[in-house]
Amino acid sequence: MTETRFVGTDRYITTADLGMAVNAAITLGRPLLIKGEPGTGKTQLALEVAGALGRPIFEWHVKSTSKAQQGLYEYDAVSRLRDSQLGDPKVADIRNYILRGKLWEAFDSETQPVLLIDEIDKADIEFPNDLLREIDRMEFYVYETRELVQARHRPIIIITSNNEKELPDAFLRRCFFHYIRFPDAETMEKIVAVHYPNLKKELLAEALGAFYKVRETPGLKKKPSTSELLDWIKLLLAEDVPPEVLRSDDPKKAIPPLYGALLKNEQDVHLFEQLIFLNRRAR
Amino acid sequence: MLIRFFFDLRAAGVPVSITELLSLLQALEARVAYCSAEEFYWLARLTLVKDERHFDRFDRVFAEHFAGAERLFEKIVAQVPAEWLQMMAERLFTEEERAKAQALGSWDKLLETLRERLKEQKERHSGGNKWIGTGGTSPFGSGGYNPEGIRIGDQGQRQRRAVKVWEAREYRNFDDRRELGTRNLKMALRRLRKFARQGAADELDLDGTIDATARNAGWLDLKLRPERRNAVKVLLLLDVGGSMDDHIRLCEELFSAARSEFKHLEHFYFHNFIYETLWKDNRRRHAEKSATFDLLRTFNSDYRVIFVGDAAMSPYEILQPGGSVEHWNAEAGVEWMRRFTAHFPKLIWLNPTPEEHWGWTPSISLTQDLVENRMFPLTLEGLDRAMAALRRKVLS
Repeated sequence: MTETRFVGTDRYITTADLGMAVNAAITLGRPLLIKGEPGTGKTQLALEVAGALGRPIFEWHVKSTSKAQQGLYEYDAVSRLRDSQLGDPKVADIRNYILRGKLWEAFDSETQPVLLIDEIDKADIEFPNDLLREIDRMEFYVYETRELVQARHRPIIIITSNNEKELPDAFLRRCFFHYIRFPDAETMEKIVAVHYPNLKKELLAEALGAFYKVRETPGLKKKPSTSELLDWIKLLLAEDVPPEVLRSDDPKKAIPPLYGALLKNEQDVHLFEQLIFLNRRAR
Repeated sequence: MLIRFFFDLRAAGVPVSITELLSLLQALEARVAYCSAEEFYWLARLTLVKDERHFDRFDRVFAEHFAGAERLFEKIVAQVPAEWLQMMAERLFTEEERAKAQALGSWDKLLETLRERLKEQKERHSGGNKWIGTGGTSPFGSGGYNPEGIRIGDQGQRQRRAVKVWEAREYRNFDDRRELGTRNLKMALRRLRKFARQGAADELDLDGTIDATARNAGWLDLKLRPERRNAVKVLLLLDVGGSMDDHIRLCEELFSAARSEFKHLEHFYFHNFIYETLWKDNRRRHAEKSATFDLLRTFNSDYRVIFVGDAAMSPYEILQPGGSVEHWNAEAGVEWMRRFTAHFPKLIWLNPTPEEHWGWTPSISLTQDLVENRMFPLTLEGLDRAMAALRRKVLS
């Protein structure tokens, strides 16, 4: 056994409650369902947990067309048909046509792995329901070969959701649930410091100030999130913007430079510019 | 332990189940949360709440519930045995703090500080119960929250109260008979789609055939599937202007979402019961009316007619000419309903009120008779039965 408690890494700042959630999920072997605003590092969490604990990671990215079965295994009937037409001796053994899914791979891992089921809400509403037994008992049955696949080590399962659909109650009951809140200014400072350790102190302070001001703009369709802030700071650094420019008290330079990195929606940019304009007139 | 809390949560509308409570206890046993108010709070929330929309309710219950433990604790603080305080201090203070305390003076001094702190806490919290929101790391709170703290309180009383709460609760079965909401709207839609796609198995299912043949290692296995015919025409008649408006809107959304599956989907509104006029636009219901006779003439009898309404009204509104609450109707509603059932053999009534209550309202039984027992509740299971009734072949 390697490290068993997760306290964040040098690239990823966890708040105490998130660390607690991860550790509870690991200790009790429950899947951890993570929700939160986009860009708060939900997917990143699984990668960091795997990295910090030195576990292999299996990523299962769910799409709208994903079926639960694909995570277990798929029977490639078409290539078997083709092989039978060509008289390939492989045909006799059905096992040659069973393709393993992510869940099977994770079950088969030598050490306890981390399994990320990313954006589970993208799939059909039945998707989580079809995984109940697999998640509960950590086993499934391959009908074609009459084989029971059992997990060697109960994987640490981290599931992310963007709230596009509601998940069924039966599924939720089996999970722990954590909602990643948007970080407060203090945590944000730590996060930025971790990513850009050489950032000038005043630039960071000004950038954060400007960032939270943009976030507070009422009526934004998509509020800028942590990942957008990091991108923006990267741009500011690349452009070598002096910190004074960010101070939006100066009415002439009220619009933060390079705000395209923060606002991803045309309407939002428009709204923002209008608000700034109104602000300026009010002065 | 925590059972009353559990039921408080349920009463407050946080959907927690026994499984979740057990996993919380399991986690406590595994010492995931360890003698800290905050940790216990996080752990409880992590295990019991599954939707961020319920966080607020959880917080309120948590604050309220553990305020009780706090009061209970106040009584004890006065007579806290010194060794217990010491035990607590050992758990609460980190190595550093202890080292610092030793630098400060003695162990006694530390205990003194702790006692001070406890007193402060008492004063601060005696009135309000908002201390969870700020989530301070007070030792006082931790005592209140953690299992030990609770055990020191009079357990007997707690137990009794829990039992009382338990007895007071009636078992309610919400599960699959729940009325339609956003969660099961999709399922309902699927039911409707299935309903829309019908016919004999007379189209070659190419993908299915390839798949089945391959599974047979090359032996041809033909698969047929029902030909996709959007043959279903639906006439939707909705009761508006009452307590049912929410359900009506839901139904409208449901059917318009399935619109592409139907060949035709028409809707009209009525109030309480059908009489000589119906209307298409609620805002202009008095200006633009369409005569029910025209409707009967326009739509031929292969239309499926779906009424949606609670059918709860005075029986006169159905039986008497002039019984309508809104206007003078020359002919009784019952006559109009008979014309409908005669003209449209496939006709059903969806009723959003729970089926168990139907027997209590005479007008519902009356309507149920008029539509020849084809009234169904607005639940997934009711929708299933309704669609089956609409699909059924009519003997003529």
